[in-house]
Amino acid sequence: MKEVKLNTPLKEEDVRDLKVGDVVYISGYICTSRDMGHLKMKEVIENGEKLPVDLTGGVIFHAGPVVKKKDSGFELRVIGPTTSIRMEPHSDFIGNLGVKMIVGKGGMDEGTSKALQKYGMTYLQAPPGCAVVLGEKVEQIENVFWMELGVPEALWVLKVKEFGPLVVGMDSTGNSIYRDIKVNGKKLIEKMF
Amino acid sequence: MREVNAKQIKEKVKELFLTANFHIGEDVLNAIKEASVKENSETGKNVLNMILDNYKIAANEVLAICQDTGLAILFIKLGQEVHINGNWEEAINEGVKEAYVEGYLRKSSVTDPVFDRKNTKTNCPAIIYTDIVPGDKIEFLVTPKGFGSENMSRLAMMKPADGSEGIVNFIVETVKIAGPNPCPPTIIGVCVGGTTDQASVMAKKATLRKVGEHNPDPRYSDMERQALEKINNLGIGPAGLGGNTTSLWVNIDYKPTHIAGMPVAVNVCCHAARHASGVI
Repeated sequence: MKEVKLNTPLKEEDVRDLKVGDVVYISGYICTSRDMGHLKMKEVIENGEKLPVDLTGGVIFHAGPVVKKKDSGFELRVIGPTTSIRMEPHSDFIGNLGVKMIVGKGGMDEGTSKALQKYGMTYLQAPPGCAVVLGEKVEQIENVFWMELGVPEALWVLKVKEFGPLVVGMDSTGNSIYRDIKVNGKKLIEKMF
Repeated sequence: MREVNAKQIKEKVKELFLTANFHIGEDVLNAIKEASVKENSETGKNVLNMILDNYKIAANEVLAICQDTGLAILFIKLGQEVHINGNWEEAINEGVKEAYVEGYLRKSSVTDPVFDRKNTKTNCPAIIYTDIVPGDKIEFLVTPKGFGSENMSRLAMMKPADGSEGIVNFIVETVKIAGPNPCPPTIIGVCVGGTTDQASVMAKKATLRKVGEHNPDPRYSDMERQALEKINNLGIGPAGLGGNTTSLWVNIDYKPTHIAGMPVAVNVCCHAARHASGVI
């Protein structure tokens, strides 16, 4: 297990090198997206239009921030991960956009594991329910799109410095902490009943 | 009759939701501290220490402990000698709205669950349960409930023959299925008995009982201990990254039920188990 500091845009080799259990800190830019945000991205692409941000080498953070409106734009109060499994149907689409890291909580399933291997992506676990600690790693809100979806669902572009600690929960070789723990738990339950 | 103005109700509700979102209860804080010593995985220990840091900074800087500041839920005991000047429900919702808007808490409520999913921008409507009780006071118990954990809650209409063992196994199975999703270490609220609706509401209320306090009936407190031990053997751990702290506590309550049934509702609450209480 190693500790790595990475900058965006990420290169595929940065990600291919990461293994389950590694700890990562990201500096640069990350974009938030959750349920409706993913559907909106799909709609834009299906209409043959361009996304408002280039996600090549990018990071998608499953999160909806708490923000304070200022005279010029917004100030971030706190932010933390939402449950990633809800975005499971979109993994291949996200990989195809050139995204290199998905950050969230709770891990994802086999479809995502395949997409991680196919596109050279990783899935990282952010500390859940530690919204203040994570919020302190956000330097500023760079931009926001699709505010019509509401504050939590909008696409927020965040400038971050050593955003983490993020633990690699699923890597690009098919390993998954979540799968291991699930299989192990299932064995224990079988013994119990 | 004691007169209470709607404005007093609004102010109290506002105060309680702000308190709940910024300050974690001492019982949960101590349980996490204790767990950070007993936890057997290094990553798990790190997660628990980070949770402790997060509580501290949130309280000092008056920031929300978690970005999911939840749906606003209230359990209220309304004294029958109280007369309210103004609109009860409106006053409560106004209090919620002011807390969430002025306290910069995230508004997570959407109008229509299927088609529109439009943010109400006020975090209203609040979910309100009112019991009319003797006396001339109004007692509030409020909780902002996040959905990472709410989504992992379950209900079973068990057979009376399933007994206490069946119930314990259903609770453990629920935590197993929830896996890393509800932000472990969790607090598990259970209600056995009643009907589907009553069991669900009382299971939610059971998550609000103090960590460290058992059901006074030794048969139920035995079930609580058994369930907690089995849960913490599942290996899910803090943040679901492995370890022996998957739940902090299990609270089981019960209600009289029908001769033919044994409903069991399990409500899962994340480690940011936020609640506050107050009296008018």
